[in-house]
Order: sequence, then structure tokens, then C-alpha cells
Amino acid sequence: MSNSSVPDTVWKRPPAFITNPTVRMGAWVLLAAYLVWSVGSLDMDWERVARGLPRAGDMLARMFPPDFSRQSLLIRGVIESVQMAFAASFIGMILAIPLGLAAASNLAPRSVYLAARSLIVLSRTFHEILIAIFFVKIFGFGPLAGLLTLSVASVSFISKMIAEDIENMNMGQIEAIRATGASFSKLLIYAVQPQVLPRYLGVCIYRLDANIRHSTVVGIVGAGGIGATLSASFKRYDYDFSLAILLTIIALVFIGEIFSTWIRSRLR
Amino acid sequence: MLEIKNLNKVYPGSLQALKGIDLSVTEPQVVAIIGSSGAGKSTLIRCINRLVEPTSGSVKLGGEEITTLNRRELRKARTRMGMIFQEYNLVERLTVMENVLSGRLGYVSFWAAFRRNYPPEDVRAAYELLDRVGLTGRHNDRADALSGGQRQRVGIARALMQKPDLLLVDEPTASLDPKTSRQIMRLIVELAHERGTPALVNIHDVVLAQASADRVIALRDGETVFDGKPDDLTPDVLTDIYGEEDWSATIRRDGDEVDAGADDGADEDKTGKRNNIDEKAIAG
Repeated sequence: MSNSSVPDTVWKRPPAFITNPTVRMGAWVLLAAYLVWSVGSLDMDWERVARGLPRAGDMLARMFPPDFSRQSLLIRGVIESVQMAFAASFIGMILAIPLGLAAASNLAPRSVYLAARSLIVLSRTFHEILIAIFFVKIFGFGPLAGLLTLSVASVSFISKMIAEDIENMNMGQIEAIRATGASFSKLLIYAVQPQVLPRYLGVCIYRLDANIRHSTVVGIVGAGGIGATLSASFKRYDYDFSLAILLTIIALVFIGEIFSTWIRSRLR
Repeated sequence: MLEIKNLNKVYPGSLQALKGIDLSVTEPQVVAIIGSSGAGKSTLIRCINRLVEPTSGSVKLGGEEITTLNRRELRKARTRMGMIFQEYNLVERLTVMENVLSGRLGYVSFWAAFRRNYPPEDVRAAYELLDRVGLTGRHNDRADALSGGQRQRVGIARALMQKPDLLLVDEPTASLDPKTSRQIMRLIVELAHERGTPALVNIHDVVLAQASADRVIALRDGETVFDGKPDDLTPDVLTDIYGEEDWSATIRRDGDEVDAGADDGADEDKTGKRNNIDEKAIAG
């Protein structure tokens, strides 16, 4: 090819995944066939869609104007949600530190690491709603179940993030502090903490923001907060009140988002 | 002061990094350790304070056997060995002063360290060292705001804060420009002599090693192949250490005395092994 003195002028990037051209074309054909089949087998009932549309219009009509008259109910729900979110974030922040350290392969012994990772994976397997249903069954309706749900989710999320950040640390700084004869606890405060603190705080604030969003949902399965109020209003066809709650949730999440973005931009 | 006997290190699933190293430093001198990448220089330095665990052999510092210490005793022993690194390894988000004071971590309690509440004599020593390395007034700057040369000065101050009996210096100038390299090397040598502290200095720059060290040791394939005065480094010796190359321009002073016969002089390599481990750089 290029062993002649004249350099080649043709170059094509070699295929990244499937080198055999026949197999590659075959894969494309199979993918197209699957798409056609899956859309065909969904059994879309256009008539049901058509009948649903006026109902949606009717519902929208009954939503307007939003009814903010039951303010005490609304405010109580919001406060409960926000309290749940803050408390759960705080619990998550604290408990995630030991769990995150245990789940970092470059600091923890192998057995501790595996145990901590399994715990994190296990608690991340189930969606918040499933965990919420579980806690409502155990502890009954109300914000306690919601608080526990969000705490579990926060601990596993924050500790996973911390563990990954610790694993990405600059090990030279660790080595240098270790070489001074510092103990493990001093190593944590002089070499680990300075490297991971900004990201840790960022993750916590992000989690607070996420918890505010999630706290509005877990109520639907009975775990307290504004979600419970929303669920009740839908059941009673109080659509104007539902809209008021939805608008409140939008405002709440929006404020949470602004707050979290602002804090995180200041942490760099 | 430092007595190393038959020190071996085998990395799991890898070649033997150190093969029966014997080394004794009996006076406060600056010992340059030269050799190709992967020759075992970093491993040797790190086996002394056991950042890398030696496989077998003996390391004695001031008569104390280091290799058999338990974790608590090892931490205590490490406070007597100051270490300086190629990449400076400062804790970047901490201030210069915190980095310097971290040299005292082996001596203060956890709470004192946590609250940055160091004894007055430590703080005074830190200020004095910052003056000495030329960083007066920079104590509250964050370490990542400094230039490479300045960072290494902080690294030197941190190591000396330990009031060490031995300095372990790993490629202190490899990340610096030639001028800064010379300044930093001069500073290390001056401080080691001032304080009567022996120093082991890994260094790639043969000219700089010759110019600054009291004694030069060369490693090849994990073995000591040269141990002597800087001026005894002839082209033949360098060929033995690194492999064939025209060394005439590299040698300090004696350059005109030796003919450029490095090419045939290479046959004196006793083991018959050429410099074939250049790229087998050893991690750690």
C-alpha cells in the first residue's frame, strides 16, 4: 500500500464495532425489521385516543381558574414536602460519608468495599416509589414513610458519588501526607477531604433539589407531603384545586433548581 | 545513619524491581541516584519509608529496623523521613501554610490537626522555612495558585518541617524548567548540608547530579552498577548505566579528557545485558 514512494491519498476510518460488512448490513436490516414489527404489534387503538381527547378538554376546562382558596391545606402540604426533603438530604449527607469512604476501592479493604458497594447497589435497585410503598406498609401513612424513603435514596446516591470521587483522587497527595507519618484519620482530613469536599457539597445540593421533586411524588402512594394532597384532589375531581397544587409544585421545583444552581456555581 | 542490606522488591506479576540492593550512608551527604526509567530508583526510595513494601531485605535508619515495624511504629518512623516528590504532591486546595504544617501531622493530635491548632514553635518553624525557601508572605495563598518551582519550594518546606533524619527526594526537578531545576536542586543540597541531613535524590539529569551531589549511585535493572564520586562518572560508566550513546557532551569538566569511544567501550558491560528495560517503567 504505502511502501511505494508516492503516499496514498485515500484513507477511510476502519469500522468501530462490526468489521464484517455482511454482518453489519444484516444488523441494520434486523433493526429495521424489529422497529416495523414493534410498532405494528402495539395495537394502537386510535378510536380510544379520539374519545379521550374531549375528556382531556373537559378536564382542562374544569381546571381553570386554579383554586387557591384552600391555602392552609396547600401550605401545610408544601411545608411537609420541603421538610421531608431537607431532613432526608441532611440524613443522606451524614450517613453517606462513612458509606462513601467504605465504598472507595482505593481506601477501603476489599471486603469492606464489596459490602458497601453491594449495599449501595441494592438500595439503588428499587425506584423511590417502590421503597415508599414498602415503608407506608410498615410505618403507615404520613411523612415518616416519605422521609425514610428519601433518606435511603439520598444515602445511596450521595455515597456512590463520593466513592467515585474518592477513587478519582490524585493519589500523589495521599502519598505525600502518608509519608509525613500521618494516621488514617489525619489522612482523611488533610488529603481526602480537601480533594472531595467541593464535589461532595455540590452533590448534596443537587440531591436536595432532587428530594424536593421526589417529595411531591412519594405522597401519591401515601407517604405524606404535597403529593398526598394532589392525589386526594384528583380522586375528588377537584381539578381546579389540582391545578393550584401543580402550579405550586412547579414553583417549588423551580425555586429549588435556581437555589441549587446558584449554590453549585459558587462551589467551584 | 542509613543502612540497606540485600533489599529486594518483586511486584506481583512483574519483573523484579530491586535485586539485592546494598547501600550505606554513614555521613550527612547528598546521594544522587541515577539510572534509566524503570531501573528501580523510585521503588528504592519508596521501600525505605515503605510507601512500597519491600519483598525482603533490611532497611535500618539510625539503627532501627524499618521493614519489620507494625503500622503504628511505621508511622512514627515515617515522621523521621521527609519526602519530596516529582509532582510536588501538595494538597492543592489547602493553603501554603497548611501544606507546610502538614509536615507535623505525625506529631500533633487529631483535633489539633483538624482545627489547624499547631504548637507555636511549629508555626514559627513554618514561617522560618517559608522565608528560607523564598516564599515570604505567601502563607495564605492556595497551593494551586503557585508556579511549579514555588510548589516544589513548599514541598521542600513540608519535608523539612518534619525535622527529618533522612530526606527522600524523588525526581525533584523532572517537572521543572532547566533554570528552576538548578535553583531547586541547589536549595535542596544547601538545606541538607545546613541541617546535616543526608538526602537520597533520584534524578534523571546526569549533569545536575554530578554538579550537586556528594556521591552518585547508579541503578540498572534493579541492581547497583555504580557507587562513587560524581567525577568518576566517565563515558564508559554512563554507557554501562544507560546503554550506548555519545556521552562526551554530557560529562561535566572531564569531557575533553575522554575520547568519544563510547561505541566500543560498550562491550565492557559485564552481564552482557543492554539497557533493555527503558520502557518497562514500574508503577509506584
